Amino acid sequence: MVEMSGAEALVEALKRERVKVIFGIIGGAIMPVYDVLRDSGIRHVLVRHEQCAAHAADGYARALGRPGVCMATSGPGATNLVTGIATAYMDSSPVIAITGQVNRRSSNTAYMIGRDAFQEADIIGITTPITKYNYQLTSVSEVPRVVKEAFYIATTGRPGPVLLDFPKDIQTERAEVEFPGKVEIRGYKPVTNPHPLQVKKAVDALLEAERPVILAGGGVILSNATPELLKVAEFLMAPVVTTFMGKGAIPENHPLSLGCIGMHGSRAANSVILDADVLLAVGTRFGDRSTGTLDTFCRDAKIIHIDIDSAEIGKNVDVDIPIVADAKKALRALYEVLASRAEKKGETAWFRRVKELKEQYEELLEPQDEELKPPRLLRELRKIIPEDSIVTTEVGQNQMWASLYFKTYKPRTFISSGGLGTMGFGFPAAIGAKTARPDRFVVDIAGDGSFRMTEQELATSVVEDIPVTVVILNNSTLGMVAQWQRLFFDERYVAVDLKGIPDFVKLAEAYGAQGVRVGSLKEFVKAVKEAMRLDVTTVIDVPIPPEENVLPMVPPGKSLKEMIE
Amino acid sequence: MTTNEERTHIIAAIVEHKPGVLYRVSNMFRRRNFNIESISVGPIEPRDLARMTITVRGDEKVVEQMIKHLAKLIDVVKVSRLHPENTVSRELALIKVYSPDTKARSDIINYVNIFRASIVDVSTDSMIIEITGDSDKLDAFIELMKPFGIKEIARTGITALSRGAKSIKIL
Repeated sequence: MVEMSGAEALVEALKRERVKVIFGIIGGAIMPVYDVLRDSGIRHVLVRHEQCAAHAADGYARALGRPGVCMATSGPGATNLVTGIATAYMDSSPVIAITGQVNRRSSNTAYMIGRDAFQEADIIGITTPITKYNYQLTSVSEVPRVVKEAFYIATTGRPGPVLLDFPKDIQTERAEVEFPGKVEIRGYKPVTNPHPLQVKKAVDALLEAERPVILAGGGVILSNATPELLKVAEFLMAPVVTTFMGKGAIPENHPLSLGCIGMHGSRAANSVILDADVLLAVGTRFGDRSTGTLDTFCRDAKIIHIDIDSAEIGKNVDVDIPIVADAKKALRALYEVLASRAEKKGETAWFRRVKELKEQYEELLEPQDEELKPPRLLRELRKIIPEDSIVTTEVGQNQMWASLYFKTYKPRTFISSGGLGTMGFGFPAAIGAKTARPDRFVVDIAGDGSFRMTEQELATSVVEDIPVTVVILNNSTLGMVAQWQRLFFDERYVAVDLKGIPDFVKLAEAYGAQGVRVGSLKEFVKAVKEAMRLDVTTVIDVPIPPEENVLPMVPPGKSLKEMIE
Repeated sequence: MTTNEERTHIIAAIVEHKPGVLYRVSNMFRRRNFNIESISVGPIEPRDLARMTITVRGDEKVVEQMIKHLAKLIDVVKVSRLHPENTVSRELALIKVYSPDTKARSDIINYVNIFRASIVDVSTDSMIIEITGDSDKLDAFIELMKPFGIKEIARTGITALSRGAKSIKIL
């Protein structure tokens, strides 16, 4: 037992969780915590809007595979975190959000929770549906246990954000505290080991399959299961398609990789998955953007679904063989049983057909023109940046072009808001990723509309010396919406023209970053190389034709079969 | 067995007995679009746990999803489905009914006796009846009271236990 203030207990508990960096903005109700943080040795990155604190913590977590921490004051500070927390929740990212809260009790009763005090918001009520769990601290003595539980909940089972709401009087109050060595939560016991009988059933199905397909989701990346996934795929010679969140689960230059399925999936992936007689789906929630209409999605295939969250089994798609387990453990168990019962498959007829399809469609994907259009530009980008570079994206056309044309070779090197589709995510997430991996080149593939939403973080990037590069595919349009208006609303454009404002080069310069506008592929390549060489915050503005569509595309409410070319 | 038939299901959940848990549970129901008919909550042993009895209308798939999403909540320690044929379920109602004259009063007392209900409060022109039973019994009794004029009704919602030696193991 040691006597500490609540703020000291919090910071000590964070250190014990090996927290190295916190993204945040200070404010009245969190000042005692910052006062302790000041000399704690934990780095604080002062962002310029709380939303970006949450996104940066999220990007940090996704790049590193360890929880990211963000902090804000009560009221507006806390509510500004909400979009970032919801983003992390939808993509199962372990983010710890710490918010200040007004006093619980005080001699002056005007400052109590529940009395609409200055900068009071019910952040527990607000974030309950978008966090895995949240806590409002009620005493100093419980601080160590609550912090330990928060990290445990955020990082185990299906990861997700956890919020700690910290009333200011408890931050300053002093009490005897004890730091627990382990966590015991009776209502939370995630299952991680696969049931042997289910594994056996899955192996039976996979060995009988003529046209097996593996669908890898974000869960494969979250559980670091790429090696196990490859072993199973190569043993079965089964093609691997991924969801958007699963991009990077298999190196996209692997002979069995076919790219992403879904609304903006590759032709090869969308066509092959519908041909499967046995589908092994790992760590995916069968989101609507991935499956297209459900009544045409793999209806005749036997579906094996591995997921650590049992509530995902049967939620969207009826499953024949459910396996509730950690993806890594389940795939390892599958491989062991497979290898004990059969020989590794050779070049099956199915593999040859898949290979043929892949070659045919790859050719279609290969952009030929020399013009400065996104597909070609993204192929070039892939060639010049190192394999382990981290790419983040914004949301919209830029994101889907990146999904289609930028090949990802390693897990945790492609970071994007897949579930919530949060415009403005990519840039702060890039800052978070660069903080986690200062040795890597980090680039945000952006659109001008998205980048405008969080561009103020140029200040953070420059001042905190976290150099990232932003490539703006600038069509001066809310491009994806314009594409839908073009295709599905008789070209009745409304509210999509951004009028070429601002001048991004001048904007970058105003923040002390490097800004460059390029007019050709050659200039683009030069600008990227320069950004890598100088290692300073760089904005590369790439004007592109405003009427460019991201194709192929499955129209909303249609089957994966019905692709617009 | 038909799986897409809509009917009423009873679910029992053992939850942490602390502030905010009912909010988490009801918030999840609203967010996931589950249609709750009734929910009743009370502390059990040990005293830091509570039992929720939830009735919900839906098909098999809906109920399965609901149970999974309940179990996923950190504050829910255990979820169990109670099968109607194997369950004792009870509901309590307090009914305030007009009884302005002796004729009405004696008729009401007759019904109360038949239904094994009891009169818990009497005033000059009304009385409060307490009745316990399954929901159908309560519905039937309330129907009978309507002609007298019902001033107010309070129903608890169903609470239930499975029959026999079986019980929900907490840990």
